[in-house]
Amino acid sequence: MSGRGNWQGGEGMSFDVMIVGIGGQGTILTSNILGKACVIEGIPVRGAETHGMAQRGGSVESQIRIGQQYGPLIPPGTADLLLSFDLMETVRAVHWLKENGQIFTSQEFVVPTSVFMQDYPAPDEHMLLEMLDSRKYKMIDCHQIAEEAGNLLTQNIVLLGAASPEIPLKRESIEKAIRETVPQKTVDINLKAFDMGIEAGKSD
Amino acid sequence: MVVHYLLGNEAIAHGCLEAAVDIVCGYPGTPSSEVIDTLRMDPDRAYKVEWSVNEKVAFEEALAASWCGLRAICTMKHVGLNVAADPLMVSAYTGAKGGFVILSADDPFAHSSQNEQDSRCYSLFARIPCLDPSTLQEAHDMVRDAFALSEEFSLPVLFRPTTRICHSKSDVDMGDVKKSDRAAFFDKDSRQYVVIPAHTRILHQKLNQKQPIIKKRLIELGYNRYEIKGKAAVICGGVGASYVREVIGPDVSLAVIGAYPVDEGWLAGFIQKHDKILVVEELSPVIEEIVRQVSGCVLVYGKKSGHVPYEGELSPERVAHYLTAAGIATSVRYEEPQKPAALPNRPPILCAGCMHRTAMYAMKKVFRDGIFPSDIGCYTLGIQLGTVDTTICMGASITIASGMSLAGDARDIVCTIGDSTFLHSGIQGLVNAVYNGANITVVILDNRITAMTGHQPNPTTGLTACGVSSPPVSLEAICRACGATFVETVSPSDLTTFLNVLKKAKATMGVKVVIARQPCVISEKRSKTNRGKYAVRQESCIGCKACIKFGCPAIELRGGLAAITDLCSGCGVCVQICPVGAIGREVKE
Repeated sequence: MSGRGNWQGGEGMSFDVMIVGIGGQGTILTSNILGKACVIEGIPVRGAETHGMAQRGGSVESQIRIGQQYGPLIPPGTADLLLSFDLMETVRAVHWLKENGQIFTSQEFVVPTSVFMQDYPAPDEHMLLEMLDSRKYKMIDCHQIAEEAGNLLTQNIVLLGAASPEIPLKRESIEKAIRETVPQKTVDINLKAFDMGIEAGKSD
Repeated sequence: MVVHYLLGNEAIAHGCLEAAVDIVCGYPGTPSSEVIDTLRMDPDRAYKVEWSVNEKVAFEEALAASWCGLRAICTMKHVGLNVAADPLMVSAYTGAKGGFVILSADDPFAHSSQNEQDSRCYSLFARIPCLDPSTLQEAHDMVRDAFALSEEFSLPVLFRPTTRICHSKSDVDMGDVKKSDRAAFFDKDSRQYVVIPAHTRILHQKLNQKQPIIKKRLIELGYNRYEIKGKAAVICGGVGASYVREVIGPDVSLAVIGAYPVDEGWLAGFIQKHDKILVVEELSPVIEEIVRQVSGCVLVYGKKSGHVPYEGELSPERVAHYLTAAGIATSVRYEEPQKPAALPNRPPILCAGCMHRTAMYAMKKVFRDGIFPSDIGCYTLGIQLGTVDTTICMGASITIASGMSLAGDARDIVCTIGDSTFLHSGIQGLVNAVYNGANITVVILDNRITAMTGHQPNPTTGLTACGVSSPPVSLEAICRACGATFVETVSPSDLTTFLNVLKKAKATMGVKVVIARQPCVISEKRSKTNRGKYAVRQESCIGCKACIKFGCPAIELRGGLAAITDLCSGCGVCVQICPVGAIGREVKE
């Protein structure tokens, strides 16, 4: 176990990441990996997440503040990075980002059941991308890459891999945190997914 | 000391272990549940853990353990403390022997609650100490030390974390787990434990005499502290103190209230060194009331001046805004963020294959103009299906139904209540309804688990908190013992039979109990039950949307026709709903 206090960001400063998706997509697991990586590096960290009934297929968010020593909540309009497992949730969460904040988003999205029940027009990919406006985003085909890595459940790790060069944590620390977090027998597949995610993040 | 990245509730659980807790009881409730869920999973435990049937039961058991000289904690959400309020008020008189901690988790913004009550008010009401952590580290340290504080004053200690403590994460410094060497022994003393008037008058006096000593001690222990830096000051408590620290200007004084009761003289000393005070706290103006009592001519801003709201939760940008509005310097400035995009909402929804949806769908079919009182559980999501007309608190579905029957509304009254909620506080309402001749239908949605709070076992499950088998209680026998003569058990996935039972209930006078029994789909998934999936034969679908209106998240509309997604859990109810037989078993190509 490491000590504390290697963070260079200064008092009250942190690198703030919003992780959003739909209940069950692995937002909490992803934020746990970042949290553990901070502990490995001896950096203070704060996180906030959605628990309870909201997880039943609803919009969920995990906030994680790397280097933060005070509260767990990110003020809207100040997040440095947005990770999203659903393109529609990306649009819903974009106001959390600071002006030049970076977005890494899954290409896929699930249309809420209420849209069908109430006969609303369902949004399509083109519409959603248009709503991102001038934001800098990188769209990753997490489904395809996770399938290639060998398990569809690694989509969150693929996206984390793609975004990881933007995150002020060492690659080794994140990889170590993945090993400590995911089920033992899925470690190799997750590390592969992480690797493939990094590669996918480099391409345009 | 070891640093780990922990959930607040995990840190609290570890604090209990460092205090060598003996007895842990509670009733699940967001955001408190993971404290026991963490402790009950420990295979090496030297303590006893129990999910009790309700908070009053949990409280009284933990109190009894304390009277036997053991260290005990009972956990609940804030509204659970209402259920346990009866023993709470008197336990302050009888006092505690072994350390007794009451964890009542508050939920500012009602993330998953029916109200935003403030547990601190209970500690003032009962006159017991209350600890209110502002960080996860503090939550861990406070609960660890709360047992000793309880022993020092022979009083129960209320520990009050909030959602952003319980469900936040942080690096937390943890100490070693300690094993208890205490043995239970109840030392009889009727003057202490039998609160007849002659005894209770004296006990009340003793309780009041303890107060000034407690106030001083809470300052000595560093729970209530301040730092003077200028002529303006912020006084804050709870997680709000973290937000204040994040945004406060360098020349502003800061007092943090981490424990109650607050020593008024000490607080007045701080206030009088300043020209202007802003009080920042979530929910009730507990600190502000005390500040205003002793502030004299010093200007005080807070809820009562309209600067800080009474409701909702705080955040760094909100706190910065209140400081600015009160003319107090901040260290950061937040721009007005852009408005969130206009998108269809994605509220939580009953799972694909959930029996609550089927049961409520059938209720709506049979009791078209019915009134549907409901209760607290996943099935409250049935509001989206039009079968939840009221919810107020645990167990109130049956009593609201019988009250409407008593009032004489002539429509069919059909209430829904889950298995755990029925055992928590539904039974008394059923006895009362039957005995007093109500005309209602009670649908017990029995999925054999306390699902909404994270799948805690209850007495219908057949397992205790620690996974030991125990014979499940018979809901049928309980209902019959309550006097109900119409008690029918049926699985909602057999839609036709379920509809027939509801029709029979509609045609019968009196209290009709329908037990809708089917295991929770999440429990089934975890036990690797695989019923296969269903699919829509596109060539047969006529696009009538009957299945879409059922509202299952596994059914979507593609080009005007229904389609079933990977979320399908194979309940087969949509097959029974489709009027043209277009849905069948998925055929793998």
